Amino acid sequence: MTKQEFTITVYTENHIGLLVRIATMFSRRKINIESLNTSPSEAEGIHRFTIVIHETEEVVRKLARQIEKQVEVLKAYYNNNEEIVWQELALYKVPTDEIAEKVKVERLLREYGARAVVIRKDYTIFETSGHREETDKLVEVLAPYGLIEFVRSARVAIIKQSKGFHEKLKEFEQTEPGEELVENEYLDKQDEVFSM
Amino acid sequence: MSTTAQITTTSPEPQSISSAKGSELTGSQAVLEACIVEGVSTIFGYPGGAIMPIYDALYDYNDKLKHILVRHEQGGIHAAQGYARASGKVGVVFATSGPGATNLVTGLADAMIDSTPLVAITGQVFAHLLGTDAFQETDVVNITTPVTKWNYQVTDATEIPAVLAKAFYIARSGRPGPVLIDITKNAQIQKFRYEGYTPCNHVRSYRPKPIVRKEYIEEAARLINAAEKPFVVFGQGVILGKAEKEFKAFIEKAGIPAAWTILGLSALPTDHPLNVGMLGMHGNYGPNVMTNECDVLIAVGMRFDDRVTGRLDKYAKQAKVIHLDIDPSEIDKNVKATVGVWGDCKETLPMLTKLVEAKVYPQWVEKFRACDAEENKEVIFEELHPSTEKMTMGEVMRNLNELTGGNAVIVTDVGQHQMVACRYAKFNQSKSNITSGGLGTMGFGLPAAIGAKFGAPDRTVIAIIGDGGMQMTIQELGTIMQTGVDVKILILNNEFLGMVRQWQQLFNDRRYSFVDIASPDFVMVAKGYGIAGNKITDRADLKAALQAMLDHKGSYLLEVMVGKENNVFPMVPQGCSVSEVRLK
Repeated sequence: MTKQEFTITVYTENHIGLLVRIATMFSRRKINIESLNTSPSEAEGIHRFTIVIHETEEVVRKLARQIEKQVEVLKAYYNNNEEIVWQELALYKVPTDEIAEKVKVERLLREYGARAVVIRKDYTIFETSGHREETDKLVEVLAPYGLIEFVRSARVAIIKQSKGFHEKLKEFEQTEPGEELVENEYLDKQDEVFSM
Repeated sequence: MSTTAQITTTSPEPQSISSAKGSELTGSQAVLEACIVEGVSTIFGYPGGAIMPIYDALYDYNDKLKHILVRHEQGGIHAAQGYARASGKVGVVFATSGPGATNLVTGLADAMIDSTPLVAITGQVFAHLLGTDAFQETDVVNITTPVTKWNYQVTDATEIPAVLAKAFYIARSGRPGPVLIDITKNAQIQKFRYEGYTPCNHVRSYRPKPIVRKEYIEEAARLINAAEKPFVVFGQGVILGKAEKEFKAFIEKAGIPAAWTILGLSALPTDHPLNVGMLGMHGNYGPNVMTNECDVLIAVGMRFDDRVTGRLDKYAKQAKVIHLDIDPSEIDKNVKATVGVWGDCKETLPMLTKLVEAKVYPQWVEKFRACDAEENKEVIFEELHPSTEKMTMGEVMRNLNELTGGNAVIVTDVGQHQMVACRYAKFNQSKSNITSGGLGTMGFGLPAAIGAKFGAPDRTVIAIIGDGGMQMTIQELGTIMQTGVDVKILILNNEFLGMVRQWQQLFNDRRYSFVDIASPDFVMVAKGYGIAGNKITDRADLKAALQAMLDHKGSYLLEVMVGKENNVFPMVPQGCSVSEVRLK
């Protein structure tokens, strides 16, 4: 199996120490995390980790199960890039003089979908969001004009097929889940199913 | 009010603590109330600065909770493991912050990999000192994260009842494991209005076992009914699931030969006609070879450890695999299952038994017996009835079996003696084999045996330990001395770190690098601790010496000198397939 980019989405309780517990799942297996984001989710009180790694599907599937096994994790999904919609946010700080004199700012804004967040005499900060190739391209374009600082956020992703977590959370809250809703044993069919 | 502490010269009487709803308790008292409600009869531990309030509270609870003072925290946690494994209950260990807590790490890792239910409670520095490098402060929660099923730091006493309820629930439910609760000193001291203790039976984000889906049972039964050479391999899941009866009913109806992993040992009586022996690196010849001949492999509560499977890409490739496990992450982890049955084997086995046809496979079982005969000729007979001058570990086990009748709890350490003991010990009942399987922790045996005796006080507990492992936790003789616990210690002394020596002989051209280990006079050491003992070197004395050990009232140490360079066979060399098992 070939390696490819996978996005792991983990729904969790908001618990101190959980970040370490999840991070060690990767470091223990010497797997590099390309990006990691934590944020609230659509369900109140439930957090959502978005983790990007470059691995084979087999490794990712086993990892997702190990993550899901953690007591404070409700559910871990993994998806390839076709199955998700994702964005990363990037900020670029450049000298205002250089930009104003040497680049057609307007062209920059239009071509790369950039937006000026701050304009000062000494510097200007642009923002773009998109896939990595897109945000990387603007770095290339700005580099000759004295790019002072660049930073890119972790990936945030939405699973195309997902119906969100509200209904699943109700199931988790019950002591004895109803049989029709416990889709657990389809261990390899992660999407339609519920493997809590 | 004076701020100087009064030095008292006499100890006061313990007080009676009211734990009625609405009474005021300290965090420490709430910890002990939790232990009582959870049915913990014995706690193993060692006091220190940051856990002093809990020990102060113990002073008043001495009549309700038995606390065993160990000699080292590692001894404490291994004792709690032995207690848990022998009793089927949750083991509890107390330790202080810093070094006390870090000394628990080996035991936590051992309990994690061997799925032993434990609750470890560690003291921690005052909450306002966290992160200041205070005296005996270590980041215990982060250190223990990879070796605990769950851990949590309490900084407020009001959290204690609910957190401990959750801790016990998580430790014992689903696939059991160790839980560590770190409690800051201020939370131990803090008084709060106690609203009673409610055991936990649900954690939103945690589902210890699923509702079993019949489709998978039906599919598994279909495969089994169509099989011509089915083979069952079982592990500790049968014991942890308290499903020994259900397991026996299943194999008896289906007529399938069954082999055990080292942790599954004793779940099925040794002399059961369908018990075909031990799997893995030093397992029996038949089970290893037949793994690569069976057509349906049914794994019950086991996790296909590398010591069981040998080379994975040559493991049971011809077979359809049915894997019953309570932990879904184990299914397809090492061996791809044709049918994965996720569930508690206490539930799944009876469902399966119902659907399988009553059958016998005399020719197939005969193949195992033919392998047995081969192994007997090449290995076993000589090991049990040696013609050598020096005694063998196997003949010690044979004599021991004859005297115990298979009714003792056998606790082993790690190494050659462990493999020999597991290969040859006889067992009539479950929860009788206690050993460090997954982690291979030398030093486990002696403290685990102490714990096992507290967990199963009516049974004879025999610790079988090598000369190396004995010296790793020998300090626990002090615990035996002080508590008077009746543990029989059988040291099989080959004057080597035998298993490493065996590998060095076989794979490193006999370059014996640091395996030549000297030992103290164990009998004299035991005497120093007030423990009776004897050492024998002659075969003629063996049986009588074992009998004297068993007959002795109280603890006893028997050291048996065995051949120095004996090897454990059969052996599946590392990187080889199970069918390449060597008999010599």
